[in-house]
Amino acid sequence: MSRNASNNILDRPLGFRATPAGRSSDVSSVSLSAFAYVYSELVQYHQGRAASISELERRLESAGYGVGLKVLECVAYRGKEMKRETRLMSILHFVSSSVWKSLFGKSADSLERSIDNQDEFMIVDYEPITSTFVSVPQDLGQLSADAYVSGIIAGVLDGAGFSARVTAHNVQVEEGENSRPPTNATPGMPRRTEKAVFLVKFSPEVLERDATLER
Amino acid sequence: MGFLHLFIVNKSGGLILHRSLGPRAPSIGTNDWLRIGSTFHSLHAIAAEASPVRLPKNKNPSGADDGIQQIEGSGVTLKCLQTRTGIKFVLTAEPGTTDIDTALREIYVLYADCALKDPFYELEMPIRCELFTSAVDNLIERLEQSKMSAVR
Repeated sequence: MSRNASNNILDRPLGFRATPAGRSSDVSSVSLSAFAYVYSELVQYHQGRAASISELERRLESAGYGVGLKVLECVAYRGKEMKRETRLMSILHFVSSSVWKSLFGKSADSLERSIDNQDEFMIVDYEPITSTFVSVPQDLGQLSADAYVSGIIAGVLDGAGFSARVTAHNVQVEEGENSRPPTNATPGMPRRTEKAVFLVKFSPEVLERDATLER
Repeated sequence: MGFLHLFIVNKSGGLILHRSLGPRAPSIGTNDWLRIGSTFHSLHAIAAEASPVRLPKNKNPSGADDGIQQIEGSGVTLKCLQTRTGIKFVLTAEPGTTDIDTALREIYVLYADCALKDPFYELEMPIRCELFTSAVDNLIERLEQSKMSAVR
C-alpha cells in the first residue's frame, strides 16, 4: 500500500478549481465547487433542525468532530516519522500545518497564543474554504460558517488526548493585514473582509500534564 | 457611456434582484422594479410567440427559451441573458457601451458561485447575499476602468 498516493480522490486536499479552458491546473486536489455544494446542503440540513444560532454551530461542530478523529489517524500514519505528538505546542503545530495541508492543501495562516489566557490559542485562516461562498444573513448575526472546521480541530485534539473546546469566530481583517494575494478565489470574487479565528481552549488537566512534562 | 441597471428575474417572473450600477441611472422605486421585472418576463414570452420564425421547441442555439435578447432606444440599450433554467439577467446601459455581453456572462458566473453555493440562499427568492452584490460592483468597476484605459 502506498503511503503517499495522491491519485486516490479520498487522499487529495480540497480546493481544486477548473481553469477557463476546463482543464485542471492542479489535479492533486478535489473540486472546491463540489465541496461547496455538499457543505451548503449540510448547513441547510442542520439549519432546519436547529432552534438557535448556537445550536446550529454546535451541530456543525459535531459533524466535523468525527472527521477530525479520522484525519488524525490518517495524517499521523502517513507522516514521515509515524509518531504521535505528546506536547501541547507540537500538537498545535501539527494541526495548523500537517492537518491543514492534508485537508485544504495549505498551512493555516498563523498560530497565536492568547495574551490574556494561558490556556487559549488561536489558529487563523484568512480564506477558510467552508465560507468561500457564504454570506451570513443579518438575522443570523454572529454565526460562523466555519464551525465545521472548528469541530475537525476539536476532533483531532481530542483524539490525540488534548481535550479542548474549539470555537470559530469571524473577525474583520484590518487594512493591509493580509498582503498575500487571494489564492483560490474565483476570478472576480471580492477579497475576503473577514478571517476565521479558531479559538482553542484546553482543559486544565491538559495544561497540568504539559507543565509536568516541561520539567 | 456606462452601465445603468441590473435586474434579475426568476423563471416565474418574480424580480429577485435589482441594482443601480452608476450615478446616471434613473432612480426607480422597488415597487416599480417589481412591475418592470414581471412585465419584461411577459414581453419576453410574447416576443417568442410573435416571431414569424419558430425555433425548434422554441429553444435558441444556447438551449434557452427564445425571446427578447436586446432592446435599443436612443437613450438606452437593454440586453438580456436567459439561462437554460429560465433565469433572466438583464442589463441596461447607455448606447455605445461595450462589454454588456461579457458583463452578463460574468454576472451569471457570480450568481452560480455566490448565490447558489450559499447555504442561506433559497432558490427563486430575492438575493440578499452581500458577497454577490459586492462581486457585481467589483465587476462593473473593473469593466468601466478597463474601458477608461482603452480610451486613453
